[in-house]
Amino acid sequence: MDQPPALSRDLIGRESEEVLFEVERGAIRKFAEAVQDQTPECLRGEVAPPTFPTMFRMTIPGLTFDLARVLHGAQEYRYERPLRAGDRVRCRLRVADIYQRQGRLGEMTFLILALEGRDESGSAVFTGSTTAILR
Amino acid sequence: MIGPVLAVRSDQELEGGSVLPDLRKAPITKLQLVKYAGASGDYNLIHTDDETAHSVGLEGVIAHGMLSMAFLGEYLCWLAGPESIRRLSVRFVEMVRPGDTLTCRGRVKEQTAGNAGRQLLLEVWAENQRAERVTVGEAEVQIA
Repeated sequence: MDQPPALSRDLIGRESEEVLFEVERGAIRKFAEAVQDQTPECLRGEVAPPTFPTMFRMTIPGLTFDLARVLHGAQEYRYERPLRAGDRVRCRLRVADIYQRQGRLGEMTFLILALEGRDESGSAVFTGSTTAILR
Repeated sequence: MIGPVLAVRSDQELEGGSVLPDLRKAPITKLQLVKYAGASGDYNLIHTDDETAHSVGLEGVIAHGMLSMAFLGEYLCWLAGPESIRRLSVRFVEMVRPGDTLTCRGRVKEQTAGNAGRQLLLEVWAENQRAERVTVGEAEVQIA
């Protein structure tokens, strides 16, 4: 099988477009039900579960890889406040870092993606950091 | 479920090293993985299609790491309430498969008093039925 070339460090700093996501009550409930999250505010669709920002998916121009070969190594979220139904969040995803390291499975590429969510007035609501491992 | 659990605890009960109560989740099923794929928008087929999982050398589908992180998110909501969570950071260290039963556990690393109440730095993790830690991390919560 052809191995795709390792991601170039030239991609560091590259960003997605800003995308506006609306936090819908039904989406909160569906997410909470899938997780079997018993938090009453989440089951009622009022407050989004903490990991709800994982739904905010964006593409970064030039950044492509084979999904089946990606491991999710680590994830962080920081919150100013929880997301609530009716929130409209402006999100942006950026390549924060790319580096190679020897791991259990041989040479692996680490891709660090930084996610930022702001309210309509521009105030930060949350940030996320994803560590993806490409083998 | 009655929460937030920690709000009624005294400072002494939340000192560094204090063990937090467990949250045991129902066994993970393939149906749950399909539901989570739909709810989260993560359609990577290694979580829902055995054939795809085999093609990358797995024995069968594995759970989304983010599902175990979502369990820890629920754990924090239960412990401290959804308005109280300031940070959740995790590493995915072991694979989770359908049939596995995860339990969220934690302990207090540090308690600090601030203007807005008590800040707690927590060590949290999800472990499987063999007591192996599958997802490990740290969280910060603010409680009244």
